[in-house]
Amino acid sequence: MTSFYILVGYLLLLVGLGLVTNRLFKGTSADYFVVGRSVGSFLLLMSVFGTTMTGFALVGSTGKAYSSGVGVYGMMASWSGLIHSAVFFAVGIRLWAVGKRHGYLTQCEYFRDRFESPALGYFLFPVLVLLVIPYLLVGVIAAGKFIQPTTAGLFPEAFPMPPLPDGRPHPLTGGIPPAIGGGVICLIVLFYVFFGGLRGAVWANAFQTIVFMATGVIAFWMISKNLGGLKAASEAVAASEFGAPRLAREGMMGQLQFFSYFFVPLSVGMFPHLFQHWLTAKSAKSFRLTVVAFPVFIMIVWLPCILIGVWAAGYLDPAQVPNANAVLGRMINDLVHSPVLTGLVGAGVLAAIMSSLDSQFMCVGTMFTNDIVVRVFGRDRFSDTQKIWIARGFILAVVGVTYVLAIWLKDSAHVFDLGVWCFSGFASLFPIVFASVYWKGVTKAGVFASLLTSVVLWSILFYRDIFATKTAAQKGEELLVAGMMPVMPLVIASAVALVVVSLLTKRPSDATLKKFFA
Amino acid sequence: MKPIVVIVAFFVLFALHQDTWNWSDSTLWFGFLPAGLGYHAAYSVVVSIFWLLVSRLAWPSRVEQWAEEGSDSPH
Repeated sequence: MTSFYILVGYLLLLVGLGLVTNRLFKGTSADYFVVGRSVGSFLLLMSVFGTTMTGFALVGSTGKAYSSGVGVYGMMASWSGLIHSAVFFAVGIRLWAVGKRHGYLTQCEYFRDRFESPALGYFLFPVLVLLVIPYLLVGVIAAGKFIQPTTAGLFPEAFPMPPLPDGRPHPLTGGIPPAIGGGVICLIVLFYVFFGGLRGAVWANAFQTIVFMATGVIAFWMISKNLGGLKAASEAVAASEFGAPRLAREGMMGQLQFFSYFFVPLSVGMFPHLFQHWLTAKSAKSFRLTVVAFPVFIMIVWLPCILIGVWAAGYLDPAQVPNANAVLGRMINDLVHSPVLTGLVGAGVLAAIMSSLDSQFMCVGTMFTNDIVVRVFGRDRFSDTQKIWIARGFILAVVGVTYVLAIWLKDSAHVFDLGVWCFSGFASLFPIVFASVYWKGVTKAGVFASLLTSVVLWSILFYRDIFATKTAAQKGEELLVAGMMPVMPLVIASAVALVVVSLLTKRPSDATLKKFFA
Repeated sequence: MKPIVVIVAFFVLFALHQDTWNWSDSTLWFGFLPAGLGYHAAYSVVVSIFWLLVSRLAWPSRVEQWAEEGSDSPH
């Protein structure tokens, strides 16, 4: 019961923080959507980092390292450290400046003006929303699926499960079902975002980032201690038949696969929720700490989890690990026997999930309000207060739709495969945003060509990965195109279409270029 | 620092990410850290130092000036 009380205590702390930040809310739409463009260095770093890191950073990274070895860190974490900071520096600061100068709140507003095309806004809007929704689903389902085994055995009368075919009791008996666990998480996120807007999300993210960074390090320290220390833990892996190959990359992943993963973190350049966080910065100087600290912050979260995953390859019997995502929980349960640590790690996982969900709910509500309602009825049609309530209505609707879809799809085998496809889709749009801030010659036709290329190619590759019939050997394997991640041909094709068509068509007017370039 | 220096330094870092010479090395650095992991942990720290230098020597302060001087935002 101790771990359950820690989880409940953590969620109540979040509600309390929501109440405090609501008192700081100034009642204006600028405060609700972009925190009055007043966020300083530390809060920007914590909120952007919390938004970027999902539950995968703790649970998924451990499981992936167990399956694929130490190369997972180089492929996912150190690429992200280099590319995320580069995108924040090269694109984020410039979009912040354009947003501040012209008062933008969403990407569609910016692209519509930058390329003199209202149609572009309407074309881009559904693409962005459709790429965010699966990302939201993964978060809600992951939270529900995480809470159930964490609370298993606590409420056997309230949540009974039929026994297994061999007569043994079901391991999830008494656990809070995903429909209730996911619902509670949605309600808590809704509480602090609904009332406090992005200010509520920024403060909650700062708190949650501290929680999930600390719990990963604590779990690492406790597990290594119980394995006999760092050296003993790693030497046991080297001596194990299953674990030894996972200490290197040979045979675990291809070199082109390792290289082509660098295209995935380009997605941060087009995440609508990150765009909104960039706009909250008080000044360009606020970005400094984020750009500098991001690679080390990623290391602090990922390095302990990767090592735990590799150690698990030497400690756990592979026949007893049907699901790699359960490795972190198994290592804690088998080695630490501490309900306090189990509760703290549980809070850390929920923190990582919720710190992404809040910004995504907020950004979809902001987009529906400003790109659809305000766009159709005119900027002066609504008062500041009305805009806030319209946004609250949309946020409520988005949370409701996400929850219903999550319950409907919670047992689908493919939901968690959608994560990498969302990232790949956003990454394929990166050439557009990069060209928009650096290349005066990029044209409306070029952007449409790039968008269409991305949508068509993404759909073909997505179909091949998710719906097409696979051989037994292909099942469970990531789709690779000639040995590379699908995101690589996606970004290259999108960039080629953008450049070729832009060179052949008329660039925006001088007045527009003067508006966007110093 | 000129932008071209930052760009060249960035692509040197970019190239150093593909550490093929470490590919099959399972040596344990300090007795516990696999070589492929230790290299990339050190790489993460070097990347942070690179951005620290960029933030000190090549920060785009003109962008900030441009944002402030023309702000016509109702928000």
